[in-house]
Amino acid sequence: MHGLINRSFQNYMCDSYGKDAWLDVTARAGVSTIEFEAMLVYDDAVTPAILNAMGEVLRRKRGELMEDIGAYLVSHPNTEAVRRLLRFGGMKFEDFLHSLDDLPDRARMAVGDLHLPAIELHNHEEGHYSLICDSPLTGFGHLMMGVLRVMADDYGALVLLDLEESGEGKETVSIRLIKTDFADGREFELGARAL
Amino acid sequence: MTIAFEPDVLDMLCPMHLMLDGQGVITHIGPTTQKLRPDMSLIGMRFLDAFTVMRPRGITTLDQLRNARHLKLHLEMAGVPPARLKGVLVSSGQNSAIVNLSFGISIVDGVRDYALTNADFAATDLAIEMLYLVEAKTAAMESSRKLNLRLQGAKLAAEEQAFTDTLTGLKNRRALDQVLERLLTINAAFAVMHIDLDYFKAVNDTLGHAAGDHVLQVVAKAMIEETRTTDTVARVGGDEFTVILPDVRDINVLDRIGRRIIGRIEVPIPFNNSLCEISASIGTVWIQGGNSATRETVMEDADLALYASKNDGRARQTFYTPELRKTANSLMPPTGRGIKRP
Repeated sequence: MHGLINRSFQNYMCDSYGKDAWLDVTARAGVSTIEFEAMLVYDDAVTPAILNAMGEVLRRKRGELMEDIGAYLVSHPNTEAVRRLLRFGGMKFEDFLHSLDDLPDRARMAVGDLHLPAIELHNHEEGHYSLICDSPLTGFGHLMMGVLRVMADDYGALVLLDLEESGEGKETVSIRLIKTDFADGREFELGARAL
Repeated sequence: MTIAFEPDVLDMLCPMHLMLDGQGVITHIGPTTQKLRPDMSLIGMRFLDAFTVMRPRGITTLDQLRNARHLKLHLEMAGVPPARLKGVLVSSGQNSAIVNLSFGISIVDGVRDYALTNADFAATDLAIEMLYLVEAKTAAMESSRKLNLRLQGAKLAAEEQAFTDTLTGLKNRRALDQVLERLLTINAAFAVMHIDLDYFKAVNDTLGHAAGDHVLQVVAKAMIEETRTTDTVARVGGDEFTVILPDVRDINVLDRIGRRIIGRIEVPIPFNNSLCEISASIGTVWIQGGNSATRETVMEDADLALYASKNDGRARQTFYTPELRKTANSLMPPTGRGIKRP
């Protein structure tokens, strides 16, 4: 798994629960790396081991944990770059939803060896979408749900989110867009820079 | 054939355009063009008053501008902040013309300076993708740069903490100091041999550094073979070595080891078609435990003994005795490992 992904989990633990909690996680996971490098690639087995250990340390179910991580990724000041890059997806929440199909390609354009799980947006009747997440990482759908929850706020949209497990490692986030301009949302200037 | 476009079609397809009439006066501007100069009434101005053509050079009249149609124009817009734009002019019938503008490579600055949004670019324009890429690549680059800095730091730290001399594979001075410090702390009985190669400089000078390096490697191997596995052999300078021998109960043992080492070093070493003939001088100090030796005094005593070997004609071992100190005071300059001996 790419270091950026492992590093995100590490940052989530350190920023939310402190360095000691993270060290506890690495010890339980039995991994020798305590500091993941964002630009290196690690063995695939490391990531699930880390996530299992995080669940144990925080006493939280995988789904709950992943949703929290997803929310962290797009709301914490330390990860502002992620929010900004996602906001490039469009002016309105709906544009943003449609841009999610391109997300793995966009990610690969920035970091050549970063392979994000495949996600697919389906449009049903008016304002109803489902986001199909196909990932070897259990709970990736929950993570996307956390991302969507915060991004909806960011765009000032009112949405109802739900998760359906459809088996075969596929998790589907059901999205009901109630109101696109429910609130003001957060500011986004194209020309500003998070870095 | 000429197709006339309605202005709102052009506003959608190229929001950063201007329409000119037969006199070169601006008659319409796209919504993004207006954003560049919100306080300026561009409509009604002569195009060549609002823009200076930087390239192709020498375009100051309307006729010259028309002749440059279809060419890539480098433009500078009047007013502040300075705006350098790319443009292209096409005729649109009856002497009128359309100029389409773009930021070119300065897109990042342009978007910031004029607070542009996605809506200010045509849906097919790659400007947003370009901005995305710049931002994503900058983040990735920064991450890589940090990794490089950390790796460089780690490399320096590792080198600093290294205990091995890279040329010979022997221990280095840092390792030696640690071993010595430990033996002194536990008041052990041990010996320290300073070994300095004789005639090594001649090998280096006549046969070159490659020969010198080869000799050092051969000598290092010989020293390892002639000492016990519990002994520590270190290279502490160019052609200077130190051996620490713990658990020495008999001075004769030291004498034998010294002779064997000198004997081995004196075996001529073939290099290409030459033979390198060197020898070694040794100064040895035997610490019998329980005395007040420090790392500095031990090294100094061994140095004095080595100096005596050099003075007595080289290729020999001298054991330190306090008398050497008196002789040393009267005969020699202060010794130190850094000083090249005769």
